[in-house]
Amino acid sequence: MITKTKPNNLLVTPGVETYTLTYREAVREAMREAMLRDERVFLMGEDVGNYGGCFAVSMGMLEEFGPMRVRDTPLSESGFTGAGIGAALNGMRPIVEVMTCNFSLLAMDQIVNNAATILHMSGGLFNVPLVIRTATGGGKQLAAQHSHSWEGWYAHVPGLKVIAPATVEDARCMLWTALEDPNPVMIFENSLLYNLKGEIPVDPQPIDIDKARIRRYGDDISIITFGRSLFKVLDAAEILAEEGIECEVIDLRSLRPLDDETYIDSVVKTNRALVVDEGWKSVGISAEISARIMEQAFYDLDMPVERVCGVEVPIPYAKHMEEASLPQVEDIAAAVRRMVDHG
Amino acid sequence: MKTNLTLPEMTVEIDREHGLHLLHQMLRIRRFEEKSAELYTQQKIRGFLHLYIGEEAVAVGVMENLDPDDNVLATYREHGQALARGVSMGAVMAEMYGKQEGCARGRGGSMHLFDKETRFFGGNAIVGGHLPLAVGMALADKMRGDNRVTCIFFGDGAVAEGEFHEALNLSALWDLPVLFVCENNRYGMGTALELSHSVTDLAAKAAAYGMAAASVNGMDVLAMHAAAREAVTAIRHGGSPWFIEARTYRFRAHSMFDAELYREKTEVEEWKGLDPIQSLIRTLKERDLITDDDINQLELMVGIEVDEGVRFAEDGTWEPVEDLERFVYWEEAVA
Ligand SMILES: Cc1ncc(C[n+]2csc(CCOP(=O)(O)OP(=O)(O)O)c2C)c(N)n1
Ligand SMILES: [Mg+2]
Repeated sequence: MITKTKPNNLLVTPGVETYTLTYREAVREAMREAMLRDERVFLMGEDVGNYGGCFAVSMGMLEEFGPMRVRDTPLSESGFTGAGIGAALNGMRPIVEVMTCNFSLLAMDQIVNNAATILHMSGGLFNVPLVIRTATGGGKQLAAQHSHSWEGWYAHVPGLKVIAPATVEDARCMLWTALEDPNPVMIFENSLLYNLKGEIPVDPQPIDIDKARIRRYGDDISIITFGRSLFKVLDAAEILAEEGIECEVIDLRSLRPLDDETYIDSVVKTNRALVVDEGWKSVGISAEISARIMEQAFYDLDMPVERVCGVEVPIPYAKHMEEASLPQVEDIAAAVRRMVDHG
Repeated sequence: MKTNLTLPEMTVEIDREHGLHLLHQMLRIRRFEEKSAELYTQQKIRGFLHLYIGEEAVAVGVMENLDPDDNVLATYREHGQALARGVSMGAVMAEMYGKQEGCARGRGGSMHLFDKETRFFGGNAIVGGHLPLAVGMALADKMRGDNRVTCIFFGDGAVAEGEFHEALNLSALWDLPVLFVCENNRYGMGTALELSHSVTDLAAKAAAYGMAAASVNGMDVLAMHAAAREAVTAIRHGGSPWFIEARTYRFRAHSMFDAELYREKTEVEEWKGLDPIQSLIRTLKERDLITDDDINQLELMVGIEVDEGVRFAEDGTWEPVEDLERFVYWEEAVA
């Protein structure tokens, strides 16, 4: 799947000494480090303890930190997410794991009506330094209640920060910064990335959670994406490079706030923009990016912004139908060819 | 004021025909699911596959008491309910293959079986998500004066969700004909009952909402059948909700992949000793109601039915990709 992308820029500081681990291990290491460094940090969620995490992310952490700090919760998303907000209000630094973002909808009231508003409603008195980690994305034939990408909904909400680490390094290094942030931060981990292997520095340092990154440089078109779609885009860019088309690939990393500067600068250079998102187009992240390009770089565009997104249908079970419903490498390459040929 | 009923220990009368029928139904589910597991490892079936093996007595015992016109809702662990309800093996298997001949056209898969004819309103994969639906279905029947029972299956894990409590309260408050069947298999995924519930007597929670509630040995199909009969009869005549906690156990992993770090092998083995199929066979033999020949005969029939179901799925066809955007909105003209 995520194969031969060579000149890609997946490390923040290229050139440092690195080692390889999986995205899953990276998240686990990040949580362990946070628990070791700060005793206010604790993890709670469904099956994080005895089961070892439904994606095996927290495997071994119950044994290491004990049931006080690695807390198995009942199935009660609204309850334990709200409890996380309460604990954060009262001085702790909880990491709430919501198995997948599909189930986060049961906690959406707590997240949107409490976590996102309390600072403002209290006139700046009380902040909610909470981190919510949740898995997102389709592609595993889990049908319409287990496959959707809801990060766009949360990115709609002032008061929340929403990040989507795609690389192993980001998975390893963004958590600490998120925990230090005085605001609620939601981390969306695409579940198909957990097995991804990648390089991280031997001595990992916390990195920013609000800047986009250029993962590949090119002059012909800017492709703006995030999460697992990054790797589909990089694969498409590789194919296109062999055809003589050079794509600049931007990994948003943060969906709220959006780092306008990075992708607008790129569009100003390439004069073409394609947005790729597994989520739906309508009123979604791709719509927002497109609107901002229109507002800030309209006269630099050679042609309208285009989008390759999830088809507007609840994701179906059957393999061929699910594949057709999600952006694929070939869809991205085809869109780029069409756009570049055109202008 | 309704009280927390405890059903008497059943010394259930049973005749040969009924015994064979219950055994047949449980064997159908067991063999179908064993085949499904095999087909999963061959990657014919994909996504999540939650097996009901060990819990067959619950669906079979309850379903026998429902009328064809009643409503049924279930979870993602619902092959047993669908088969016991009368959805054909071919339609369920084809669904799990993702073929358009499946009972949901391949759109839903194992977790989302639907069937109009048997009023099977789905496998729902949001834990607890279907509980309020059951309330509404029963409300509709009550408002129209239809004498239906709405029967809903859900797990012990779901009992911790807010929707469980909201749904039970509403159904009791509005006096609605719902049979709540809680399949307490002692775990929600890897989290043990004791780690999920401050009060582990789940029937007591239901009773607190003012409905009749009973705990039943879910490994005993005769006990399940008798309890459900009492409940369904009461609901049909009185219109008020009932709650049955079926104490049961899942013999297999939560889904197909699960290291089962959260429970002891010996615990699983102990429960396997209470296998509902073996228990029924033992009882029927003790009462001289069946012979080994009868069992072989049933196994043969079931084997043929499973094979035919698999063949139906194999012979099925893929829905054309051009149809992807169908069924997002109702397609027929609104009169
Ligand atoms: C709202 C929600 N949260 C979490 C999940 C993930 N999940 C699926 S099944 C399950 C355990 C449910 O346990 P229980 O209700 O006891 O049913 P069982 O699987 O034991 O039959 C969990 C946590 C989900 N599907 N929906
Ligand atoms: Mg359970």
